[in-house]
Amino acid sequence: MARIIGAVTTSHVPAIGRAIARQLQQDPYWKPFFDGFNPVRQWLAEVKPDVVIVLYNDHGLNFFLDKMPTFAVGAAPSYSNADEGWGIPAVPTLPGDAALSWQLIESLVAEDFDLTTCQEMLVDHAFTLPMALLWPDQAWPVRTIPVCINTVQAPLPSAARCYRLGEAIGRAVAAWPGDEKVLVLGTGGLSHQLDGERAGFINKAFDLKFMDSLVDDPRWATQFSTHQLVEQTGTQGVELLMWLAARGALGERVRALHRNYHIPISNTASGLMLLEPVA
Amino acid sequence: MGQNHPEIPGTVIFDGEQAMKGYALNKMCFSFNDAANRAAFVADEDGYCAKYGLNAQQRAAIASRNVLALIAAGGNAYYLAKFAGIFGLDMQDIGAQQTGLTKAEFQARLLAANDQPV
Repeated sequence: MARIIGAVTTSHVPAIGRAIARQLQQDPYWKPFFDGFNPVRQWLAEVKPDVVIVLYNDHGLNFFLDKMPTFAVGAAPSYSNADEGWGIPAVPTLPGDAALSWQLIESLVAEDFDLTTCQEMLVDHAFTLPMALLWPDQAWPVRTIPVCINTVQAPLPSAARCYRLGEAIGRAVAAWPGDEKVLVLGTGGLSHQLDGERAGFINKAFDLKFMDSLVDDPRWATQFSTHQLVEQTGTQGVELLMWLAARGALGERVRALHRNYHIPISNTASGLMLLEPVA
Repeated sequence: MGQNHPEIPGTVIFDGEQAMKGYALNKMCFSFNDAANRAAFVADEDGYCAKYGLNAQQRAAIASRNVLALIAAGGNAYYLAKFAGIFGLDMQDIGAQQTGLTKAEFQARLLAANDQPV
């Protein structure tokens, strides 16, 4: 039986891609962020996941406002990155796992999640940069499944809904007869706001409370509407929905194996957690 | 749209109303994913904007390079970022412009978030 071996949640801002391209990982500005990933890489080398389900939000590479799915699941043999307008080098194409994708789709739709399914799908920095942080040589040792959650255009799916999506993903994996070890990767946040006079908004207290809650009280953030989450965490801080979905996939009890929080990278409070389910 | 949420200061929620208002502008910015389109814009800004049917407010906002004006014209942050990419601006340039700070002041404000009480 396939099983979820853990979740990694991390920020994904494009500036990470520029820092990688310029090899600034040990630059004083970036070191506290990049070094945070060392324990995660050690853990990955030990547990060797076969598949990564990536919960992320597209920023206008694959989807435009002409068709804006709330939840989209990739079901392609592979996924490519592309120019997003600012010239970060594209990462190598990532292998997919169409069979497990369709298991997710069958199972999620059976649980009343209305999905958009994608047999062709470009994946943007929110997918590729976290993958490059986990596997810096970009010689992907895993297959991937993109699960894209809309945070571009309100109304956004609620925090509670995203948590339940994660729970349903957990059940879909558990019901798969293969023996895959599956990692869930939730990308985005933490608090930041790019647009408006409030640009530069960061809410450290909320971020730290939120990170604590994922261990001790995982549904804590589901009490908030997405509007309240924007108020508390910024117009892009609401990407913490991806963290909630990832957490939902792990079941009731988890242990935090690692966490890092650093202000700022670009305009963002960066967060990183490595969570493992506890039976 | 149709939702009465309390206003968040300095923040525009990109909802259905904004999405309708900004459609042409955002569609043009979406096209800037492609380097050839970025070059075409630079070569003939008027012609490129006309091709996407920008209204007068959107055309003026593009001409001004002013992010707050672009948001007021219906622009979405994620698509506007592609427009900013043409000029080599990063998010801290954009943040500084919107807050009326120099880039160094904006960076100092971000760093100061470390001192927020928790």
